[in-house]
Amino acid sequence: MTLATQLAETKAISPGRADRGAAERRRGLSSPAWALAPAGAAALGLALHLALPDRQPSAALRPFTGLLAAMLAGSLAMAALGRTSGRPGAWARHRSPLAAGIVLTLVAWDLLTLKLAWLPLPYFPGPDRVLGAMWEDREALALSAYHSLRLLACGYAAGAAAGLACGVLIGWSKSARYWGMPLLKVIGPIPATAYVPLAMVMFPNAFISGVALIGLAVWFPVTMLTSSGVADVPAAYLDVARTLGAGRAHLIFRVAVPAALPSVFLGLFMGLGAAFLTLIVAETLGVSSGLGWYLKWKQGYLEYAHVYAALAIMSLFFSGLMTLLFKARDRALVWQKGVIRW
Amino acid sequence: MVTAGIEAATEPSSLHLREVCKTFRRADGAEVVALDRLTLDVAEGEMIALIGPSGCGKSTLLRMIAGLDRPTSGSLRVGSQPIDGPGAERGLMFQDPSLFPWKTVRRNIETGPAARGVLRSHRGEVDEYLRLTGLEPFADSYPHQLSGGMAQRAALARALINHPKVLLLDEPLGALDQFTRMRMQDEVVRIWRARRTTTVLVTHDIDEALYMCDRIVVMTPRPGRIERVMDVTLERPRHRNDPRFLELRAEILEMLHFAGDEPAEAEGVAS
Ligand SMILES: Nc1ncnc2c1ncn2[C@@H]1O[C@H](COP(=O)(O)OP(=O)(O)OP(=O)(O)O)[C@@H](O)[C@H]1O
Ligand SMILES: [Mg+2]
Repeated sequence: MTLATQLAETKAISPGRADRGAAERRRGLSSPAWALAPAGAAALGLALHLALPDRQPSAALRPFTGLLAAMLAGSLAMAALGRTSGRPGAWARHRSPLAAGIVLTLVAWDLLTLKLAWLPLPYFPGPDRVLGAMWEDREALALSAYHSLRLLACGYAAGAAAGLACGVLIGWSKSARYWGMPLLKVIGPIPATAYVPLAMVMFPNAFISGVALIGLAVWFPVTMLTSSGVADVPAAYLDVARTLGAGRAHLIFRVAVPAALPSVFLGLFMGLGAAFLTLIVAETLGVSSGLGWYLKWKQGYLEYAHVYAALAIMSLFFSGLMTLLFKARDRALVWQKGVIRW
Repeated sequence: MVTAGIEAATEPSSLHLREVCKTFRRADGAEVVALDRLTLDVAEGEMIALIGPSGCGKSTLLRMIAGLDRPTSGSLRVGSQPIDGPGAERGLMFQDPSLFPWKTVRRNIETGPAARGVLRSHRGEVDEYLRLTGLEPFADSYPHQLSGGMAQRAALARALINHPKVLLLDEPLGALDQFTRMRMQDEVVRIWRARRTTTVLVTHDIDEALYMCDRIVVMTPRPGRIERVMDVTLERPRHRNDPRFLELRAEILEMLHFAGDEPAEAEGVAS
């Protein structure tokens, strides 16, 4: 091998993860004090929770006591893990300040509600009552979550598929752009939720109208960003492929679409956000099932512990889906990054 | 497609350019004459060098031969067939490597055979080209992880593996260090001798033109015209320190120096 290739080889080696640990030490985030902070916070919270008298009615099973105990055990395990070397250990050290913050927030919430009653009922129940509601109504909540997920998945899949197809068509074909863009400009900016009254009467049942609404909400950003990504593919890539003998299908699906992927993912992210919004609105306005519907139902009875329980589940469920999409994007776009992650 | 392939197989791959003009219209409306009545024939299996100052229309000419752009007037033919659009039989290696950033080096090199649906029978050849260009250790790297010279070698491999009948190389080795460059010159000549591909090589390096090509076409500054065509009669394999090689080199330098009245020209070619 020549000198040049050897020199170039060293260039391709990227800075590793080891550097991150060093940076953290400088910032003082992985000092031993931080390693025990979550456990300390949980122990303090447990002590206060047991010692102070309740000033509000608590849930029958006192689930927050159990949660505090579980968090104490978990924090101790995390501290022990943090003493090991390797990636899990580094993860534990990196996350322990955050874990302490989470525990302290829950403890403060408990103090402000159950122990001090500074926040008024029924609007601000403590963690104890929220956990109690979650447990007590677990079947209804699980069923609602399942219904929401099913509606969201169907709507998102339909909208994303239609958006990808329309986006590629509009981005690639001039005549599709000529007719498609005005349509997109007219229909697109209207929030899908504005069609709720229409959708509820147009489709045979509530589920299908929900799918249509969510699909519409997802379709617009996906179409927009896919088409602009495809239309903006650098001409050089298409020229290279043409001189290598690429036909139209190859140019579209092997050159234009991969080159447009960063933009396509942007559309998919925006579509997911729009889908969450539309899902909840559709469920509160027409579809009589799902977390949005549950939320409105419980709010009608001033059962705010249940409302918070549903919100907590929604947050878990939506952020989980976002994370999933982020992971998919990271996989699909490894080529874009400075560092390849495994 | 099948009939076109058979036709192409019987059609000679000589190049015939007649009175080719290319005018660009700039954004401000002004017209730029890039090429002015350029006439040139390249025999089948011949390798010619195109040298000339920066901006004289060399890349423009290659793009027209590749079929990516059309001439403003004049005609371009391969054998008796007018050039009408790009195709795998005329391979162009761009001045800028233009690797597909979403593909690894290996997949970039595989693009041509994959696009033509013959990848399966070309797998072994991919490895051969990776080795030949010294890119084996980087087969699974992405373009952003490569140096400029590595990217250029990958682009060269991507053009060569497609076995075009006419090969158009736009400064294919410009980003390489002297040693790698000489080695790649030998490889390209070896492949060319084995395949007898009609080749047009754009270069700013007179040694490279002399070492590799049968003829050297010297172009004038804008608008690009043919200034002069020199035959390089040295027999192959050539030797870089053959006294006759050095003699020819001195002759060309002298000629270029006195060739035009614009000093920019000598500046443009002597690099
Ligand atoms: N798409 C275009 N639009 C307008 N002008 C262009 C375009 N492409 C090339 N030109 C002009 O045509 C002339 C020739 O360009 P070309 O790229 O062919 O030069 P070149 O001989 O390859 O130069 P170099 O050696 O620097 O690569 C230049 O003056 C350039 O400005
Ligand atoms: Mg050029």
